[in-house]
Amino acid sequence: MHQWMRKSGTIVNHFKSLLLVTNNLSSWRSYSFVKRSQFAASFAHNLPVADRDFINSSTHFCPRRFESVKSEKIANNVDDNQALELPEGKVKFTPKLRFISETADERECCYRVLDENGNRISSSNYVEVSKEVAIKMYTDMVTLQTMDTIFYEAQRQGRISFYVTAAGEEAINIASAAALKIDDIVFPQYREAGVLLWRGFTIQEFANQCFSNKADYGKGRQMPIHYGSNKHNYVTVASTVATQLPQAVGAAYSLKMEKQDACAIAYVGDGGTSEGDFHAALNFAAVTEAPVIFFCRNNGWAISTPTSDQFRSDGVVVKGRAYGVRSIRVDGNDALAVYSAVHAARDMAIREQRPILIEALTYRVGHHSTSDDSTKYRPVKEIEWWKMEQDPVTRFRNWMENNSWWSDKAESEARNSARKQILHAIQEAEKVDKPPVADIFTDVYDSPPSHLCEQEKLLREAIKRHPQDYPSDVPL
Amino acid sequence: MLGILRQKVGAGSSSAMILGQSMQRIRPTTSALRAFSSSAKEMTVRDALNSALDEEMSADPKVFLMGEEVGEYQGAYKISKGLLDKYGPDRVLDTPITEAGFTGIGVGAAYYGLKPVVEFMTFNFSMQAIDHIINSAAKSNYMSAGQINVPIVFRGPNGAAAGVGAQHSQCYAAWYAAVPGLKVLSPYSSEDARGLLKAAIRDPDPVVFLENELLYGESFPVSAEVLDSSFCLPIGKAKIEKEGKDVTITAFSKMVGYALQAAEILAKEGISAEVINLRSIRPLDRNTINASVRKTNRLVTVEEGFPQHGVGAEICTSVVEDSFGYLDAPVERIAGADVPMPYAANLERLAVPQVEDIVRAAKRACYRSASLAASA
Repeated sequence: MHQWMRKSGTIVNHFKSLLLVTNNLSSWRSYSFVKRSQFAASFAHNLPVADRDFINSSTHFCPRRFESVKSEKIANNVDDNQALELPEGKVKFTPKLRFISETADERECCYRVLDENGNRISSSNYVEVSKEVAIKMYTDMVTLQTMDTIFYEAQRQGRISFYVTAAGEEAINIASAAALKIDDIVFPQYREAGVLLWRGFTIQEFANQCFSNKADYGKGRQMPIHYGSNKHNYVTVASTVATQLPQAVGAAYSLKMEKQDACAIAYVGDGGTSEGDFHAALNFAAVTEAPVIFFCRNNGWAISTPTSDQFRSDGVVVKGRAYGVRSIRVDGNDALAVYSAVHAARDMAIREQRPILIEALTYRVGHHSTSDDSTKYRPVKEIEWWKMEQDPVTRFRNWMENNSWWSDKAESEARNSARKQILHAIQEAEKVDKPPVADIFTDVYDSPPSHLCEQEKLLREAIKRHPQDYPSDVPL
Repeated sequence: MLGILRQKVGAGSSSAMILGQSMQRIRPTTSALRAFSSSAKEMTVRDALNSALDEEMSADPKVFLMGEEVGEYQGAYKISKGLLDKYGPDRVLDTPITEAGFTGIGVGAAYYGLKPVVEFMTFNFSMQAIDHIINSAAKSNYMSAGQINVPIVFRGPNGAAAGVGAQHSQCYAAWYAAVPGLKVLSPYSSEDARGLLKAAIRDPDPVVFLENELLYGESFPVSAEVLDSSFCLPIGKAKIEKEGKDVTITAFSKMVGYALQAAEILAKEGISAEVINLRSIRPLDRNTINASVRKTNRLVTVEEGFPQHGVGAEICTSVVEDSFGYLDAPVERIAGADVPMPYAANLERLAVPQVEDIVRAAKRACYRSASLAASA
């Protein structure tokens, strides 16, 4: 904190009033307690009216909730004669020849609220979710599942060229999105369509993109599932792996400079953490004290590469500390745990102006994409176990039913409605014209340069001269 | 032959960090001076870049500078001198040494609406970050169908300096100019440096801005108009530095100075050369080039980069496509040797174009000496 204050006087003034002391945990605890009503009120302000009640009535912020392990504050009680003075603090000497172990004694624990049957673990601390929000979370998970099934089939039928499902990761998608606010900027990898769904992107909009018709916001320029929407603060999906991570730090830095009450969140898979961009992003985020959440979906497989071939560390969560980034490991198939972790991470990222790393443990139940058959490299039994025993949607549904918030009737209604909407959207998307000729040339630059205008003119003249050779499915 | 003076410039206490920072002084081209205003005011390219940055940062709070050593150290080549004091560490950011990191961060900041100026200590280091420059910055506006524009400037010294070997002596003009979505500018004089950098910062698209280490310390006359804070040059327009009627010489960056010196020598031999300072490599000012060739009927292209698929190759194609019938001689292409840059000074000199190479090429084009084809 000290260094940041030194570096950025203007931003400090803004946060001085919000941020008291974070040097010891006891004052942090009391702070989160005292300020909770104020925070809850500001959170509620951004929700639809129907959602606000849950904040006022039922959210209880457990004071121990955001505790992080003590060792992250480097002890300062070093004897001056026995220490090295370095720019980043003192380092104690030791007479022992001792190497730091490559592994901790125990693997980092995984935070969970719901057990496999959807029963809440009684000692768990978590951020409560209102009935209204829970129902939206569940129905969105159902919609995402249904959309994945139908779009996947559409690809198999040759109606679209490519698709990627989020099967097994519905809780990660929807619960993380639910814990954010619309002002937070999302930098997706490609398996996070649910985040966009939560934010209000319609089924028709999904279908328009996958069928690359002229209503697609990307004007048919990218493969299916490369969604993007400015109004939903969802940055267009890039096919490159992990480039979104430093970009998210840059966007977070912008939010910081403009003193916005928002953060950036970047999603990445376990494979993406091996890219240099992951390491650059964590380091830069720590150094620039940017309000950004790195959300790693550790689903066990990077196409055919298992995590055992991807890294030899205790997963991803432990990499945070190496860069000075606070981190947590969470059960990615437990929607309440994901919701609570992201909720807390967002709060810390913005209030303390710091990056947070979340590793969600899950399993890629589907194939990597429609170009992949994962049964060639992993046992079907393993897939089935995760699909049947660990399904995040069923687990959340059980919890909903325990609360009497969901029923068989609601279930069949939700599934039927989703199915109808999606089939209709596909039919509509197929009827819409494909992008016109002009869309080849626009948006290369902010305004078209003369050589592209010239090319367009030449193309149109060629079409005029040889109309019979020109494909009929491209509107002029 | 040029009276090249190699002079080590004190790089301060951490000189180890800056590889062979050095200066090469080229004899001032007195004929070129007359083309500028009669005002006696002179300015170095370094000061031109510094003042352009300063004025744009002052005019627009969204503009910020980031890179290695740009703050406390004032820039490896002192281009950002005084900016940290003036604008503070939020807007003049010293970064860790990861080009892919700070370039990606710059692109993300631009996605959100800031206008980052990313300094590469040299463009050689931009290769670490080329994925972000090409895949992220150049393509995002198109891939998002105009939802995400990327107003960012990547700037720093480009091309051969002196005595820094193969990995630090490369021209990236042709590399970046091959990419739709990028604009590529390369200033020669102080007027260029000020006008083009301001244009780059104000532009809504990503701009690669290729400076030259050896020009930073060069002084050029500047008019009152150039010094005005509203001064800006159009992107995509070349400048005719010297009018002529016998042969067209195209060049950019340091090679403009060489071309002007060659023109002076040629003038003594009765050849009137027209020297075009390209300024903008992408978009390329094909109209100015072709109009000149239609007048002189001869063309010599000059660049320091590698010959194959280079800027000269593109200019040649443009002239063959648009003005073939006007050509009275084969196009002459002067480029760096097709080898990694050797370190030894004698070999290095042979690997980059020299004034006499340009003179010889122009004479061949004007049939004042045996052509290469004829002697082969």
